[in-house]
Amino acid sequence: MALIKSKKSENAKSSGKDSNIKLASKPMSGAEMVINALVEQGVDTIFGYPGGAVLPIYDALFQQDKVKHILCRHEQGAVHAAEGYARSTGKVGAVVVTSGPGATNAVTGLTDALLDSIPLVCITGQVPTFLIGNDAFQEADTTGITRPCTKHNYLVKDVDSLSNVMHEAFHVARTGRPGPVVIDLPKDIQFAEGNYVSKADATLHMYQPQTEPDMTRIEAAVELLANAKRPIFYTGGGVVNAGPRASELLTELVQMTGYPITSTLMGLGCYPANDEQWLGMLGMHGTYEANWAMHDSDVMICIGARFDDRVTGDTKKFSPNATKIHIDIDPSSINKTIMVDLPIVADAEQALEALVKVWKQKKYKADQDALNKWWSKIDEWRAVKCLSYKKSKTIIKPQFALERLRAHLEKHEKKTGQETFITTEVGQHQMWAAQFLPFNKPNRWMTSGGLGTMGYGLPAAVGTQMANPDGMVIDVAGEASILMNIQEMSTAVQYNLPVKIFILNNQWMGMVRQWQELLHGERYSQSYTESLPDFVKLAEAYGGIGLRATTPDELDDVIEQMLQTDKVTIVDVNVCQQENCFPMIPSGKAHNEMILSPDAKQFDKKLV
Amino acid sequence: MVIAKRKKSKSVYGPTPELVMEVPHTLAIVVENEPGVLARVIGLFSGRGYNIESLTVARTNEEKNLSRITVVSTGTPQVITQIKHQLERLVPVHKVNDLTVEGPHVGRELALIKVVCSGDNRIEAIRTADIFRARVVDSTVESFIFEVTGSIDKVDAFIDLMKPLGVVEISRTGTAAISRGTETN
Repeated sequence: MALIKSKKSENAKSSGKDSNIKLASKPMSGAEMVINALVEQGVDTIFGYPGGAVLPIYDALFQQDKVKHILCRHEQGAVHAAEGYARSTGKVGAVVVTSGPGATNAVTGLTDALLDSIPLVCITGQVPTFLIGNDAFQEADTTGITRPCTKHNYLVKDVDSLSNVMHEAFHVARTGRPGPVVIDLPKDIQFAEGNYVSKADATLHMYQPQTEPDMTRIEAAVELLANAKRPIFYTGGGVVNAGPRASELLTELVQMTGYPITSTLMGLGCYPANDEQWLGMLGMHGTYEANWAMHDSDVMICIGARFDDRVTGDTKKFSPNATKIHIDIDPSSINKTIMVDLPIVADAEQALEALVKVWKQKKYKADQDALNKWWSKIDEWRAVKCLSYKKSKTIIKPQFALERLRAHLEKHEKKTGQETFITTEVGQHQMWAAQFLPFNKPNRWMTSGGLGTMGYGLPAAVGTQMANPDGMVIDVAGEASILMNIQEMSTAVQYNLPVKIFILNNQWMGMVRQWQELLHGERYSQSYTESLPDFVKLAEAYGGIGLRATTPDELDDVIEQMLQTDKVTIVDVNVCQQENCFPMIPSGKAHNEMILSPDAKQFDKKLV
Repeated sequence: MVIAKRKKSKSVYGPTPELVMEVPHTLAIVVENEPGVLARVIGLFSGRGYNIESLTVARTNEEKNLSRITVVSTGTPQVITQIKHQLERLVPVHKVNDLTVEGPHVGRELALIKVVCSGDNRIEAIRTADIFRARVVDSTVESFIFEVTGSIDKVDAFIDLMKPLGVVEISRTGTAAISRGTETN
C-alpha cells in the first residue's frame, strides 16, 4: 500500500533514450544527484537564478554540459519560461531558484502553473537543515508557502532520499492532471554525500491516478452523442495536455460526427481553427455563435475543460436544456460548479480513443435532418459577425493589427515552413489574440488562462523559443503587462532568442478601463499610464530591435520587418485607446445575454 | 433580506448560491505519515472554505507508516463530495471514505471534564457520571475530572447536565470513527 516498487521494465523502456548516459552508483553529493536526476528525467534546459542556498547546485551545473541553464532576470520569469517550455513541448519544465526571496518570487509562476495544469519541477534552495526555523538569512517557510500553490511539495532532510524524491517529483508533475512540484533543498543536503538511486530503481509513490475510461460510460456517451439533435463539443486545455494524439483523435471524432466544436482559452489549437465546424472560443469574450450554441445545445460533451466561471457565466442559466457529459482526468473537477449527467474520469487521449472506437464499431450516424437544422441555426448566429469592428484609415484598431499579423504569419508560414508560437500577456490584447489569431495545432498557444498573470507572455516566449529554436515566437502584449516582466528582454538578448514582442499599446490597462467604462460609471480609476517608456529605445537599450507603427499604413511594413529580425524585437503598435473587447458576457449573466459590439451586424441595444 | 441583498450584489462571479441543507459527515482519511501531511489536509479545508467540526489524527499503521485522520465536516452533499475528491487529489492521501454515506459506522469521542463543586453537587456529579458511565480520573476535595467516551450527542448531553454543577474546563478529542461490520477502510 505504502510505496509500490515501480515496474522496472516500464521505467527501463521509458528511459531507453537515456541509456547511453552512464550513471555512477558511487556516492555523490546532493547537488550532483540533482543534476543526474534531471538528466535521467530528460531535462535538457533548466531555467533559474542563482543565490546563496543553491550555490552547490550551480557549482555542479558548471561542471557538466548535459543540462543547459538559462539565466532569467527574475524568478517569476524563470518559472513562466519553464511554463512556456513545458506547454510548447509537452515535457516537464524545470526551474531552480534560491531560498527566501527566490522562492517567494517563484510563487506567482507556480500558482499560474497550478491553475493551468502545467507540469513543472521547481527546486528551491533552503537554509541548512540546522538553521531551519531560526529566521536565518534568506529563510522562508517555502513548503508552507507553496503548499496551496503546488500539486505537491517536498522538503528533503536526508540526502539518501533526495534522488528518489527527484524522480517522484517528475512522476507527480506529469502524471494525472499535471501541475507544479516544489522540492525544497537545504544547502547542507546539497553538500552531503549519499547514494544515488537511478530512475529505474526509484520507488515511486502510490500516486497513480485513473486514466482509463469506464467503457460502459463511454458507450453511453457515444449513444447520447449519436442521438443528439443539437450537439456541441466543449473542449479545453486537458486535450492539449493529453498530447498531440488527443488533438488528432478529437479532430477525427468531430469530423466523423459533423458536430460543432468550441473550446476554452486554454484549449485553443486542439482543433484546427480554419475548419468549418470550429465555432471559435467560448466564454466571457467568446464568439456569439459558440456561446449561443452552448446555451441552446441538447447534448454537450465537455472534454478536458472545467466549467470555469469565465466560461459558464451564470451557472443557473448555463445550458439549461443540455444533457452534459464531462470527461476529465481530475475527479474533483467533475460536478464542481455544474452538475453533469454523465461523468467520465479519464485521460483525454484514452477517452477520445475509446469514443472514436465505439462510434466506428457501432456504425453510428448523426441525425442529419436535426444536424442540418442545428447548423442553419448556428449560421444565423454566425451571420451576426460578432467580431466586427469599425475600420479606420487614420488610427490602428487593435483587431486590425492582429488581423494583419495573422495574414503575414500565414503567408510567412506557407513560404518558409516556420511554425508560429503565440504567447500573450493578460488583458484585452489576450482576448483579441484568442479571437483573431489562428490556432491550428496544439502546443502553439501559451497564455495565462486560470490565474491571469500579467507579465506571463515575455518569459513564456523565452522558454518557448528555447524549446523551439526554429519557431517564430511572438508575444502578443499590452503595454502595461509587458512592463511587469520586461527584464526578460535581457535573457532573450543573452541567449540570442529572436522573440517578437507585439505590443498593442493603448496607454491604458485596457481590460480594467473597459470594465470601468461598462460597469463602474466611466470612472477611470488608476487605469491610465501617464508615463510609458519609449519602447523602441527600450528595446535598443536592451540590445534588441525596436519598431513602431502609428498609422494603419505603416503596419504591414513593420510586421514584415519584425518577421525578418534575428534578435529580440519590440513592435510598439500604437492602437486606438478607446477600443473595447466584444462580444462580452457581463458579470453573472448567461450565455445568451451577451453584449455585442455596436459594430456587429445585428446589434441589440436592449442588451447594453 | 439576506438573499435579496445577495441578488443585488455586483460580484463578477454572480450571486452567491442559495443555502441548502447542510449535514455533518464523518470522513476517514488514510494518509502517508509524513511531515506536513496534516497541514496539507487542513490547508485544503481552509483554502477552499470548507468547515471542520472536529478532527482527530494519529498513526495507525507503523509498518506501512500510515496515519488516519477523522474529520467531521458540515456541508451540502455536493460540497462533501467535492471535499472527498479534493482530498483524494492530494498526493500523500491514500484513501478517503465518507463513513456517513457509506453505511453504518461507529463514531466515538473522549472528553475530560473538570468540575469544581462541593456538598450535594458532588454527589449529584458522581450520580450523573454513573449514568453516563463516565469515570473519575482525578479527584480533590473540591474537584473532579471525569472521563467520558461516546457519541458527540452523548458527550454533549453529559456536559449539559454537568454544567450547573460547576464545570470549569472541558477537553474533547473529536470523533474517531470506523465502519461497522466486516468492511474495512
